[in-house]
Amino acid sequence: MLKIKNIYKTFNANTVNEKRALSDLNLTLNKGDFVTVIGGNGAGKSTMLNAISGVWKPDYGTIEIDGVDVTNMPAFKRAALLCRVFQDPMKGTAPDMEIAENLAISARRGGKRRLVWGCTKGEREEYRELLKQLDLGLEDRLSTKVGLLSGGQRQAVTLLMATLVKPKLLLLDEHTAALDPKTAAKVLKITDKLVTENSLTTLMVTHNMHDAISYGNRLIMMHEGRIVVDVSGEEKKKLTIEQLLQLFEQGSGSAFTSDKQMLSK
Amino acid sequence: MGFINALPGAVAQGLIWGVMAIGLYISYKILNIADLTVDGSICTGACVCAILLANGVNVFLCLLIAFIAGALAGLITGIFHTAMGIPAILAGILTQLILWSLNLKILGKANLSISSRNHFVLLTSLNNPVAIAVSLLICVLIIVALFLFFYTEIGLSVKSTGDNEDMSEAQGVNVKFNKVLGLAISNGIVALSGALLAQYQGFADINMGRGAIVIGLAAIIIGLSVSLKIKPNFVVSLIGVVGGSIAYYLVYTFVIWLGLDTDLLKMLSAVVVAVFLAIPYLKKQYFTKPKLPSELDASAQVSGGEPNA
Repeated sequence: MLKIKNIYKTFNANTVNEKRALSDLNLTLNKGDFVTVIGGNGAGKSTMLNAISGVWKPDYGTIEIDGVDVTNMPAFKRAALLCRVFQDPMKGTAPDMEIAENLAISARRGGKRRLVWGCTKGEREEYRELLKQLDLGLEDRLSTKVGLLSGGQRQAVTLLMATLVKPKLLLLDEHTAALDPKTAAKVLKITDKLVTENSLTTLMVTHNMHDAISYGNRLIMMHEGRIVVDVSGEEKKKLTIEQLLQLFEQGSGSAFTSDKQMLSK
Repeated sequence: MGFINALPGAVAQGLIWGVMAIGLYISYKILNIADLTVDGSICTGACVCAILLANGVNVFLCLLIAFIAGALAGLITGIFHTAMGIPAILAGILTQLILWSLNLKILGKANLSISSRNHFVLLTSLNNPVAIAVSLLICVLIIVALFLFFYTEIGLSVKSTGDNEDMSEAQGVNVKFNKVLGLAISNGIVALSGALLAQYQGFADINMGRGAIVIGLAAIIIGLSVSLKIKPNFVVSLIGVVGGSIAYYLVYTFVIWLGLDTDLLKMLSAVVVAVFLAIPYLKKQYFTKPKLPSELDASAQVSGGEPNA
């Protein structure tokens, strides 16, 4: 479904601030994979998602989604293939527009936008049903401006938007990191439900090792712009945090430095 | 008595500038861009309309061509901004300067009279009741057209582009195209109001657009301060903006009647707009009531976080 081949990316090349963010990164995702991604700060997790979603072009290498080479495709065109949920709950929704209008915008992702009614009555009924499944009481607030919702509610709406048109690839960029623990757990539950129900191929970046282990069927760990640990299937199911740290030391060749954010359980 | 007599003229001018304010609303409120092109495009509309009328072109065709000319001006700003990466404000200033030269070329001289005695015009200051009726009708038509447009698939995506660009791009919206489209529509409407203004006052002048954005902003601020309290939806907002423009011209006429030095009027407008733009900020900085620990109750723990308006 996703094929990343030999991706390199260096920021501020040829200056004192030169930073090699991705270095010979290779990753292949199979259809239906739910992959969790962990790694310390600056390991290249978000950089990898930026490369996939087209924020900028990689210096070298190719990216393929569902057989389509997207390396040179502008971000808005890639949206037909993938959808991304950001860490900042403010980023995923338009605050001054109604919940229904936000959903209507994303329901047309990948299609051509025309001069016909942008949010029909029938659609609104459909959205009401979908919002009911979130169990946040949003089904009666279709006409509410999204800006009036809490961060957790907004993130839940964003997730729903991401799955309205089933993307070939769903990118979750620490999408629960800005929420309080209770809300984060709820949003994560909604995530799991939407991903498994729609069997979406998903990359979920997280800072929480516990979540990384308990969700998804495959886990990768990044270090200095490349993947150093890759476990899946039965092996992942039995994984413990201690084992994971051990794997990290073997894979990266360096001792695990106490990165507090990474250690959060 | 002089003030009462001047009222119909004030209303008519308010409605014509109301058209302009609606155009500005699209860039300023919907796209979230302070587009300075309007100072030039309103004049372009006036110049195009005047020169075509002087050459015997049908008045409706004049309006249409003025709209297209304004839309092209918006297109230039849009391309400067999106394709060339120039900040929106600068892009507008550049286009404005380009238009100043072009307007002179269009008009052929600094000032062209189009007296209603020699040309068929839709509205003139010599007949204010008709001028009010015509400009009101045009306001209504534009509001209806924009209402319909901004609820289409394209229109909604233009709205979301201004509201949250990241989100729009992530949802496959071509934000660059939408910005250009919005700026073109906005400036087209502004030029249309310029064309009406030229007919109303009976001439087009190379300097007539100077400070137009300030008048438009004043109309938007006055209008929204009322309409957002009544019902915060699109149509009510636009009606409010037109109302704000009329209110602006009523006050304008009133201070002139009071005998204020007309040289100072532009300064006064700018100061008023500056004060109104500052109010939300100052309110937040100095007049937000802190919530004391004793006032915190259980409700603070129930919600999943603070609302983000």
